[in-house]
Amino acid sequence: MSEAPFTLDGELKAAAQAAMAKYPPGRQASAVLPVLDLVQRHEGWLSRPAMDAVAELLEMPPIRVYEVATFYTMLRLKPEGKHSVRVCTSLSCWLRGSEEILAACRAALGVESFGTSADGLFTLEQVECSGACVNAPVVEIDDDYYEDLTPETIRGVLEALKRGERPQAGPQGGRQASAPEGGPTTLTGDPAELHAKAMAAAAERARARAAKAAEEAKTAKAAEEAKTAKAAEEAKTAGDAKAAPGEKG
Amino acid sequence: MPKCTIDGIEIEVEPGTTVLQAAERLGIEIPRFCYHERLAIAGNCRMCLVEVSPGPPKPAASCALPVGDGMTIKTDSPMVVKARRAVMEFLLINHPLDCPICDQGGECDLQDQAMAYGRDRSRFGEMKRAVPDKDMGPLVGTHMTRCIQCTRCIRFITDIAGVPELGATGRGEGMEITTYVEKALTSELSGNIIDLCPVGALTNKPYAFKARPWELHHTESIDVLDAVGSNVFLDTRGNEVLRAMPRLNEGINEEWLADKSRFAVDGLSRRRLDRPWVRRDGKLIEASWSEALAAVAEAAKGLKGEQMAALAGDQADCEAMFALKSLFQSLGSPHLDCRQDGAALDPTCRAGYLFNTTIAGIEQADAILLIGTDPRREAPILNARIGKRWRAGGCPIGVIGPQTELTYKVRHLGSGPADLADLAAGKGDFLKVLKDAERPMIVLGMGALARPDGAAILAQARALAEAVGAAGGNWAGFNVLHTAAARVGGLDLGFVPGAGGRDLAGIVKGAGEGAIKLLYLLGADEIDMDALGKAFVVYQGHHGDAGARRADVILPGAAYSEKPATYVNTEGRVQRTRRAAHPPGQGREDWAILRALSEHLLPAPLPFDSLAELRRAMVAEVPHLAREDHIEPAVWGTFGQPGETGGEPFMSPVKTYYTTCPISRASPTMAACVAEILGQGTASQEERTGTDG
Amino acid sequence: MLNDVDRIFTNLYGRHDPFLAGARKRGDWDGTKDILARGQEAIIEEIKAAGLRGRGGAGFPAGVKWSFMPKQEGPRPHYLVVNADEGEPGTCKDRDILRHDPHKLVEGCLIAGFAMRAHVAYIYIRGEFFREAEALQRAIDEAYDAGLIGPDSCGSGWQMDVYLHRGAGAYICGEETALLQSLEGKKGQPRLKPPFPAGVGLYGCPTTVNNVETIACAPTILRRGGDWFAALGRPNNSGTKIFCISGHVNRPCNVEEEMGIPLRELIERHAGGVRGGWDNLLAIIPGGASVPLLPKSICDDVLMDFDSLKEVRSGLGTAAVMVMDKSTDVVRAIHRLSQFYKHESCGQCTPCREGTGWLMRVMERLVSGEAEVEEIDLLEEVTRQIEGHTICALGDAAAWPIQGLIRHFRPELERRILARKRRISPGAAA
Repeated sequence: MSEAPFTLDGELKAAAQAAMAKYPPGRQASAVLPVLDLVQRHEGWLSRPAMDAVAELLEMPPIRVYEVATFYTMLRLKPEGKHSVRVCTSLSCWLRGSEEILAACRAALGVESFGTSADGLFTLEQVECSGACVNAPVVEIDDDYYEDLTPETIRGVLEALKRGERPQAGPQGGRQASAPEGGPTTLTGDPAELHAKAMAAAAERARARAAKAAEEAKTAKAAEEAKTAKAAEEAKTAGDAKAAPGEKG
Repeated sequence: MPKCTIDGIEIEVEPGTTVLQAAERLGIEIPRFCYHERLAIAGNCRMCLVEVSPGPPKPAASCALPVGDGMTIKTDSPMVVKARRAVMEFLLINHPLDCPICDQGGECDLQDQAMAYGRDRSRFGEMKRAVPDKDMGPLVGTHMTRCIQCTRCIRFITDIAGVPELGATGRGEGMEITTYVEKALTSELSGNIIDLCPVGALTNKPYAFKARPWELHHTESIDVLDAVGSNVFLDTRGNEVLRAMPRLNEGINEEWLADKSRFAVDGLSRRRLDRPWVRRDGKLIEASWSEALAAVAEAAKGLKGEQMAALAGDQADCEAMFALKSLFQSLGSPHLDCRQDGAALDPTCRAGYLFNTTIAGIEQADAILLIGTDPRREAPILNARIGKRWRAGGCPIGVIGPQTELTYKVRHLGSGPADLADLAAGKGDFLKVLKDAERPMIVLGMGALARPDGAAILAQARALAEAVGAAGGNWAGFNVLHTAAARVGGLDLGFVPGAGGRDLAGIVKGAGEGAIKLLYLLGADEIDMDALGKAFVVYQGHHGDAGARRADVILPGAAYSEKPATYVNTEGRVQRTRRAAHPPGQGREDWAILRALSEHLLPAPLPFDSLAELRRAMVAEVPHLAREDHIEPAVWGTFGQPGETGGEPFMSPVKTYYTTCPISRASPTMAACVAEILGQGTASQEERTGTDG
Repeated sequence: MLNDVDRIFTNLYGRHDPFLAGARKRGDWDGTKDILARGQEAIIEEIKAAGLRGRGGAGFPAGVKWSFMPKQEGPRPHYLVVNADEGEPGTCKDRDILRHDPHKLVEGCLIAGFAMRAHVAYIYIRGEFFREAEALQRAIDEAYDAGLIGPDSCGSGWQMDVYLHRGAGAYICGEETALLQSLEGKKGQPRLKPPFPAGVGLYGCPTTVNNVETIACAPTILRRGGDWFAALGRPNNSGTKIFCISGHVNRPCNVEEEMGIPLRELIERHAGGVRGGWDNLLAIIPGGASVPLLPKSICDDVLMDFDSLKEVRSGLGTAAVMVMDKSTDVVRAIHRLSQFYKHESCGQCTPCREGTGWLMRVMERLVSGEAEVEEIDLLEEVTRQIEGHTICALGDAAAWPIQGLIRHFRPELERRILARKRRISPGAAA
């Protein structure tokens, strides 16, 4: 593995420092993932000298950076192909044919199991859940998700990449995002109108609440008054009763 | 203070006490692997699970759970036993169970706990995991398939040694303890991770396959490879010290041991002086004791006292120095010195040459100034205490002297006497830091004292200590950090020039010029042997090193592991070694050699026929030497000699940590450390000055 | 069915402008200053009254969680941390909020941050969601530029900073304390609790970690009133929820529905029904990979909320409904999940580190029946040995799907073992 020297400087360092600025003073280690990502985007992978440079910048012991770099799956510890092709094979994708997708990728890239294609263009990997399960099966390529794939459509995507094109990401079957195919069953109206209606309803509820509260207050007040009156009456009666013997006497 | 009930017994504890600690106070042992009372809590092994109510219906890790008021804890309920058996099974499924060939066998926590909670056979039918071994250098052997990922080693190296070179890479069952870079650990405390490892994953590499624990005889003793006086067990089989292990002493080494003290013991059986030698016609010839003693007597014949001198080396014991001093006094020689490095230590004021704060006392300090010392290499155990204090926060540390990596953050304030003078004059803010501190510490190393202006530096440091409130009051903050185990004992005994006597420089010069005709070296190997001219040199010691090479007569003594002897550490603490083995061949205890020699040199021999009689005489002169594990408080006074200081920067006397004495220089393990850890393959050859024996 | 007017996420599918202009039209940032003017306690009380339970899986009442934060700002700053590390298999709801309705989250950060006296919010988004992070960052930038957040958020005088932090591929960082470790620049290994984040969280400071959906719901609840939200769903299971319906349905989708909607209605109304019809249903995992599956018989009439699913020994989890029709190799399906947990175990504590691999390997053999019948009980026991013995809930999550499989499909497991025995040595297993 290459141990070519690496210096963190220029724009890369400026970007790293910008990432560090998100965290409180003395907490610059928080930027280790963002900075490793920056370096990886720049270098293609994380060599030891590169990790050491990150450690120095963030004032971390190098071993803490190695720990992080080996823990997170998106960080690469060896050089890989130009495009990273990551096939999700977790349950939702598997239920909808990720095995066929994986096979199609292997065939299209000429990769036997996993690893880098002979032309160095692609590195094929299997990943656990990509988090786009209602658009399964899914393949992550570089920073994009390709969704609702069939063996044909993933082949098309990979061929386009080989030609140097950047095919449109997202659902390949034509639907919009996570809406059900054929059009949404909900949210067909104008959201501004929905908001207006909702707020009107909320205002109505508030009015009703206020009215109810006022009514309750009124009732309570009336009850209170009645109670006071009754108490006064009773007191009077009692007084009368008490007074009565006196009167009598 | 919260009260809880553990297994039906009520106990009240300090807030913050964990359930595990509370149980321990009741004598209830809760099994554990990751928990260690001196390390940060990890809570990862899950062996210490206990049942707690009120709480969720699942067991809790007692090592990490603070006692809550009103808690009821069961440490032996069916739920707990089931959980422990579960954890034990998980720990064992991927463990190789290679106990018969494992060095940890017989002192293995996993083995012990498996007896209590393990099954008699495995239910795991899958393939076991194999983990590649890691190269951690010449001291720590690895068998990583045995590792149970408790992370004790990582926590020690990071938090106590302060040299974060170990980590756990990867995740899940692929998690591995590693340096990642496959290079030797550079901490001087690395051997402790072997003791901490609860299984046989990290083992004592030089000791590999040497012995089983039950074959070993453990002798409680004291280490003398630095001036700290770490308490040790010397483990022997037959007459060979096979390993040194730390022995608990909260005041000194807690339960740690420095690598040199632990691993240089293989030097005890190499290059030994195991018989007397006498130089005839320029060549050293084997001799009998009587021939050798007669040769000394022959050389001394007709010499006046003032033509003879004696130097005591770094590992000389108090009894031998007392005998040697008595002998030379009887011969009429005032030329004695125990400071073979020429350090300007002032024997007249004990507070002026002790580490007065004490090692445990470091934890009370709230500002520290290090002058001319590299404690990491001179006294790794003491350095760990400084690191412990630093990591607790609120204790700035300034350094005037060599700029080395000390395992904690320091402010480097300069490198030499001028910088010290500047600090004392209030330039910069560190004087204020020290003055504002309630308990400031000043640590003066041999790098500041073993130089021509040492006495002036000493006086300056004394003045500074008085100015910042580090001395004279309730707080003893003035400290001298010694590098030699013998030094404080020598000073206490007055093994220094008498009236009109020559000091080290005077003795060497006198020898070179012919004024000193007989020079007696008691294990002194660190002086310039080429400067001794034609003087007749008697070397009494245990290793064939520089002194023996120059000697005209060699009298084979005993190493620290071979004699009951008194040492006084840098704090002034009196401690005794015990005999773990016998000196090889014709070697003898050092006091006895001097007693025998006195018969040849004096009209009447020295007045003690046994060690007990010698000690009585010694204690009569220096009473505190009788009080083992005691530090006789030292009274503050005047010491040092104000004067001009030079411009040379302070340099630590310890250039190569692993080879500082005849024992460590004879140790193949230490040589491997020099080569592999310090990367000085050839330097070690150059430094090797002894005769290979 | 829930009326559109009662839906919170009105741009769930990205049919409209996700950014500030569009968001304002949908009502975001409408009267935020007035909401803040009600004061911290009033906001927390309203969220409590709404009965909003955390949308990240555990379902802890959000208002109660917020109230754990110290009532005064001490020397240690308070932090709000938003968990956008969505990765529970089957779950992709937060993704739609992040990319299509990001202002709901940013506004939620301000309101929730204010309520818990935090001036800084970190949104921890999984590293793979690169485009989602771009969209969210744009929304954050817009909010700063419009003065909605920043030194004087919405003119309220409250300083609120919102920062986006991208992860790098580790499911365990969805566990709140692992997330905090990761945010501090360490490996994502869960912390021991206690102490809880509200006392000792990010950088040792009081911290609340909430799921994206939880925080993004808050502004709408406060605008429309807690009583509106509480009136939806069932008692103790109130409000709306985004459901993710994946697997063997005709039209997989995300949809916001009322809590307590019958599972069958959810699938048939929004996802076009089970592939091949309801009778072709084998089993459903109703709340993401961590909850036990339900056989068809239970699916027929179970309601989709916390308590109803708990009653049938499963859980609402993240409300990720994974549908398996009769063509599914259910043992293989659960094996996929075992692989997942073995891959995502952080390795810190013994039962999970060692146990997830053991489970996966036995499951692997069970797929082909290469086992003894007694090993089913052993497998079950191993899951019980992991469950409840680990630092975080990943161990439990690894155990439960297998327990569900054994509970409902034991005959299938036995059938495979015996079938294989017959195949390799006819007569022996007769």
